[in-house]
Amino acid sequence: MPRPGFVLEVDRNTPPIMFWRGEGFSLEKLPAGRSRVIYAPEPEKALDDIDGAIRHALLNPYDHDPLPALLFPGMKLTIAFDDVSLPLPPMRRPDIRQRVIESVLDLAADAGVDDVHIIAALALHRRMTEAELRHAVGDRVYDAFAPRGLLYQHDAEDPEALEYIGATPQGEDVEINKRAANSDLLVYVNINLVAMDGGWKSTATGLSSYKSLQHHHNPKTMEASRSFMDQHKSELHKSNWRMGKVLVDSGVKVFQIETTMNTDTFPKPFDFLSKREWEWKAKDRASFIGVSAALKRTPNRMARNIFHGIEAPHQMTSVQAGEVGAVHKVTTENVYRQQLVEVQGQTDILTMGIPYICPYNVNSIMNPILVMCMGLGYLFNMYRGMPLVREGGVVIMTHPTPIEFNPVHHPSYIDFFEQVLSETTDPYVMSQKYEKGFAEDEWYKHLYRTGHAYHGVHPFYMWYWGSHGMQHCSRVIIVGGNVKAVRRLGFTPASTMDDAYEIASDVVGRTPTISHLHAPPLMVCDVK
Amino acid sequence: MKALQVSRKVARLGLARMVSALSPAAAARIGPIELVNIDPPESLGEGWHTVTTRLSGICGSDLSTIEGHASTYFDDWVSFPFTPGHEVVGELADGTRVVIEPVLGHAARGFPLPFPDAAPGDGDDYAHLALPPLKPGIQTGFCHSTGGGWSTKFQAHDSQLHHVPFDMSDEAAVMVEPAAGGIHSALLCWPTLIGVENPIVAVLGAGTMGLCAIAGLRRYIPNVKILVGARYPHQQSLAISMGADIVVAPGELTRAVRREVGCHVVGDYLSGGAHATIDAVGNSGSIETCLQITRPRGRVVLMGMPAEVTVDLTGLWHRETQIVGAYTYGTETMPDGSRRRTFDLAMDTVLACDMARMVSATYTLDDYEDAISHAASAGRRGAVKVVFDLRSTKEKH
Repeated sequence: MPRPGFVLEVDRNTPPIMFWRGEGFSLEKLPAGRSRVIYAPEPEKALDDIDGAIRHALLNPYDHDPLPALLFPGMKLTIAFDDVSLPLPPMRRPDIRQRVIESVLDLAADAGVDDVHIIAALALHRRMTEAELRHAVGDRVYDAFAPRGLLYQHDAEDPEALEYIGATPQGEDVEINKRAANSDLLVYVNINLVAMDGGWKSTATGLSSYKSLQHHHNPKTMEASRSFMDQHKSELHKSNWRMGKVLVDSGVKVFQIETTMNTDTFPKPFDFLSKREWEWKAKDRASFIGVSAALKRTPNRMARNIFHGIEAPHQMTSVQAGEVGAVHKVTTENVYRQQLVEVQGQTDILTMGIPYICPYNVNSIMNPILVMCMGLGYLFNMYRGMPLVREGGVVIMTHPTPIEFNPVHHPSYIDFFEQVLSETTDPYVMSQKYEKGFAEDEWYKHLYRTGHAYHGVHPFYMWYWGSHGMQHCSRVIIVGGNVKAVRRLGFTPASTMDDAYEIASDVVGRTPTISHLHAPPLMVCDVK
Repeated sequence: MKALQVSRKVARLGLARMVSALSPAAAARIGPIELVNIDPPESLGEGWHTVTTRLSGICGSDLSTIEGHASTYFDDWVSFPFTPGHEVVGELADGTRVVIEPVLGHAARGFPLPFPDAAPGDGDDYAHLALPPLKPGIQTGFCHSTGGGWSTKFQAHDSQLHHVPFDMSDEAAVMVEPAAGGIHSALLCWPTLIGVENPIVAVLGAGTMGLCAIAGLRRYIPNVKILVGARYPHQQSLAISMGADIVVAPGELTRAVRREVGCHVVGDYLSGGAHATIDAVGNSGSIETCLQITRPRGRVVLMGMPAEVTVDLTGLWHRETQIVGAYTYGTETMPDGSRRRTFDLAMDTVLACDMARMVSATYTLDDYEDAISHAASAGRRGAVKVVFDLRSTKEKH
């Protein structure tokens, strides 16, 4: 039986706590008597018969006819799947998406369906490489479909490949992939790594265009989403659900398949990263010392390659299929069962180590904008109820924050950093002044459509993602970060945690209470 | 009188070249320049005046010479030993303050003017610069016969003298010569901007000359959008105050131009780019960058003296880019078709833009090693223009 999440009250006997620092980590002593460390629950046991569970879900869906009953000869079937941003880290083969898609294709073949398209639902994310696609769907599916142009990636800038469906009562445009919209059935294959994923966010976001996305990916909506991990208190999700209703009302038939995963995040020799420090055995301590020492001597690029080469042992804990809302309700319960940690009250300071990876730098560089997004957009939002840090409190992150960008993946991020952030860090100001120009920039569009670049507007969305965190906290400090980069982000640089506490004392006094979010592995704090 | 003098000492030039990268002060110490006591220059005849130096600036071309980086091209256009100093404000025997237009043109050398009222820098045959009666020398400050501003006194011809208005400080007046150079570069962009509704000009480098070019663009090119790559914070701030619209770090200029133009990036080049670019640095890297960010059939104005460079010109060939040099000044054709002397424009510009504030430090001739070191690292040390100050009684003898 896996142990649930745990909140450790730090005392004098508590050992130093591990903080992520990008492609590295450090041990930090937290002040005794007023600090707590929040650990994720231990990994649930994965399903014993994953393929059997998938088949069972397809044959016994929620609020929907079984999949075989929806398949018929001559029909147009489209299978859409989550892109490279999930799961994190990438999982060992076979990927969940491969297993699910193969099961769907088996049933389609049995039903005589021969018009099948498989689409990576990447919205405004970068196009996946062939290797990444093969990893996600498997060689068999890739070789059968990709060469014939039947496995491809959603292009949110191809007007010929988009269909305007309508608008919500709030005036939100709904525009999605034309093939998906005009299919007799759209099967969406999801990985629900966190509670934010899935539901109508899959189709209404993953297969949509800038025209649609701008209605919920904006400062106002994101600031009012409290949090992204709590669907019913998230304006982002409410907008997606409204769009989902427009899709349903227009006749788009969606068969949603959602999966959840356990928190078995790191393989050996990195498994000590998932453990609680006071339970480290000699082998774990040796691993930490060995890996830390090796990383200090390793060039950044090589260290990055080592970490991005990690394939996580995490595995499927549930799969459910059927009507979007009904499926997602069960999925969310399953995610919470694995990830929820009950925490009492807020603290003055929230500390977080920023790891090497976030959804937008798989096989890439965690640039300064993504550091901000990972800290204030993702980790800050890993709550239900209320944030771990009180309003007006301080967030302290640890990350080297180098001024490094992957020019292939993040070309518009470079301009965003150089032009936009040098003028303003206010999400509202930048959205008014710069967003449209970046979104409509022909060069960015070209790179998005033909290369492996995130859409021109994407850095804005990353910034908006953190707008609730920025609005909530009175100060953000990055320990160990490149000073120029940290200042450009509008944050305060500090050399050590002690310096950071000193800087924070202006706001929270000399004896602040502190929460440390010991993630990854991921968790959602249920703050009472 | 005191004078700093440059001699043709090949070994010293070589040594200076080697050590200049490590220590400009050491380069000044072991290079071809030395402080000497010499007789004041004799009068060169009718129309010539003895000028007593008040302030004399240290220019990039002076530093190139002292540090041994100047091209051998100049070997036949200068005469050794010479006293540098072509950015000069001085006074005549009657106490009248003057700024020197340093080019030793046709009038100064007794040659017919290329056209009526020509300025010293005008004309399309440079024979007069190398022929008697004066010894060779493109300017005051490179000619043995006249001397230069880095000394107590030197000779200047009527055609070189511009009276300094009463309300113009010496610090402003010493900026007139570099301002004229910058304005000339700015106006050299104009032919490619004719008929362009929203012209874009990029300026790479924001030392003295880059800043003067920005001022020239803002004042004399209508409706121009100016993008500047400036390395140091004080340069960035001055670039804005001179009229730049967008100022970024030099490494960010390519992207800034792309954003402004809305073009693509193809390899290392922008698919389009600025209509014109002014290179105020003058090395292989800066020329390459300028070629990359200038649109096809656009113009690159080389204001920084480049010497020997290695640049792949395939892009220039393919894009039919023009490269034009921008040496000094003369008579300009303005966007409205009128003709103006660059020095007159510079007099106005220096006052209008308060360029006196660019004079960051003054030194005596005795402290020339420190002065040269300071000038060579001006940007890094938060300075713009470093000048010799000979106004004290001690310095006048």
